[in-house]
Amino acid sequence: MNNAVSAAIQGVPLNYYIWLSTALFVIGVLGVLYRRNIIIIFMCIELMLNAVNLLLVAFSAHHGDGAGQVFVFFIMAVAAAEVAVGLAILIVIYNNTRSTDIKVLNKLKW
Amino acid sequence: MNAVFVLSGLGIFSLIAEIFNFRRALFPIVVLGLIASAVLLILDWNTGHSYYSNMLTFDNYAVAFSTGISVIALLWFMMSSDYFHNNTHVTDHFALVIFALVGAVFMVSYSNLAMLFLGIEILSVALYILAGSKMKDLLSNEASFKYFLMGSFATGFLLFGIALIYGVTASFDLSQIAQKILSPESETSALLYAGVLLMMVGLLFKISAVPFHFWAPDVYEGSPTVVTAFMSTIVKIAAFAAFFRLFTTCFSPVSPQWTDVLIVITVLTLVVSNVTAVYQHSVKRILAYSSVAHAGYMLITLVSLTDISSGAMFYYVLAYAVASISAFAVLHNVAGEGDYAIVDSFNGLAKRNPFLAFTMAVSLLSLAGIPPLAGFFAKYYIFTVAFQAGHVGLVLLAIVTSLIGIYYYFRVIIAMYLKSSDKTESIAVPVLNQILLVICLIVTVVLGIFPDMLINLL
Repeated sequence: MNNAVSAAIQGVPLNYYIWLSTALFVIGVLGVLYRRNIIIIFMCIELMLNAVNLLLVAFSAHHGDGAGQVFVFFIMAVAAAEVAVGLAILIVIYNNTRSTDIKVLNKLKW
Repeated sequence: MNAVFVLSGLGIFSLIAEIFNFRRALFPIVVLGLIASAVLLILDWNTGHSYYSNMLTFDNYAVAFSTGISVIALLWFMMSSDYFHNNTHVTDHFALVIFALVGAVFMVSYSNLAMLFLGIEILSVALYILAGSKMKDLLSNEASFKYFLMGSFATGFLLFGIALIYGVTASFDLSQIAQKILSPESETSALLYAGVLLMMVGLLFKISAVPFHFWAPDVYEGSPTVVTAFMSTIVKIAAFAAFFRLFTTCFSPVSPQWTDVLIVITVLTLVVSNVTAVYQHSVKRILAYSSVAHAGYMLITLVSLTDISSGAMFYYVLAYAVASISAFAVLHNVAGEGDYAIVDSFNGLAKRNPFLAFTMAVSLLSLAGIPPLAGFFAKYYIFTVAFQAGHVGLVLLAIVTSLIGIYYYFRVIIAMYLKSSDKTESIAVPVLNQILLVICLIVTVVLGIFPDMLINLL
């Protein structure tokens, strides 16, 4: 990366990162709450986790402390494991119902 | 700490056991391993070592809770032995459960937010699979999916909270965070409060407190009964112990900011769960709402912190877990293959199998808080703590809601003893389950007679 670009990136104030990741996180939350397709819901959960990753990396650079970036690796590894299990559940549901719409999951209610 | 190695080794061993065809020997080995880990944990008592540059700390609080978790896990394995033996994937299930236990031990002994996160995830990912272990059953699929969705949604909030706290304090270590919050030059800012509240939301999802409880009854009902028993005992203990540890050690300096919020949530949990439980027909759902209600009673210890709060909480979770395990064991035997029981399925149980009916009655009475059983003293100590902290209104409300609780527990007891049913064949109970029920019965009574044994530990 050339120096002008990296200087420009370092010039971005921390607040912008906080607002950006909060916005991404809120988009993820709204997606989980409003979308009806299971795959899209999974993508929105990933979006929430990646908003957290961005925030952690920004804080880590701001504090000059490596721990935040290590935490990001933990989150990535765990998110991968989680999504593997989630997709397996989705495949089981699809085999039983031939649908990926959460409307089919309404058998349990009080 | 050595217990973590033993448990992890045990989990890996269960995975390999499939290849070497050790299936028959697996159950005794798992039992021995759990006993070994409980003994190793007790040896750590009063040492208070921390490991891996202060990632895990086995202080007395952690040792007490992880020993409790190992013992309850032992009871749980006795309860579910027959379920496992009729199952083709027995080694996988054993491995998942044991890895979940490792996660639970992390959750009660963490001293770094990274370990809290990893513990919760190790526990949860294993449980998403276990909840869906009846693959052909759409209810089990739905339970598994709802659990997965709510679990990862809650994890998102928890992580966002952790990130904000890291932003303010530049550390994940519990003691360093507490120091940074206390130090005068720190801008105890909106970011910090937002972080604390977001972490609180994430953890409240995990302990299923109202208004974050809506997943719990569905998941508990759809999952196989043995898995439900695991969720409502071990998962609950671990999640609550993690919650308590975080908010008493790390966030106690900002307690005025979160106590009021928690009081509102406690009140909601107590009222909503107990009132909703009255209208349920499925016994599993009644037990699910009762477990939400018990989360409310446990939350009382957190909003009224005194010297004996942690001891009272420890006693409460153990009394609750033992009574719950035996209630679920009876439910498992009564429901049989179909794995589904409404209150009417218990009609005339006292004639069909007096022993099952008696143990169910004792465990429900303990859950309802009738003296002289453990559940009564558990509630009594929690109310004492709340009185000392000056929350008189909260105590009065909690007493009223436990009276409502008595109503729905007695519906099952009345069905067992006073109603008759056209089914007359007696129910055969496996030997291990009988031993388990006797143990639970004894523990429930003994804990009720000698409550000081556990209260004074912490």
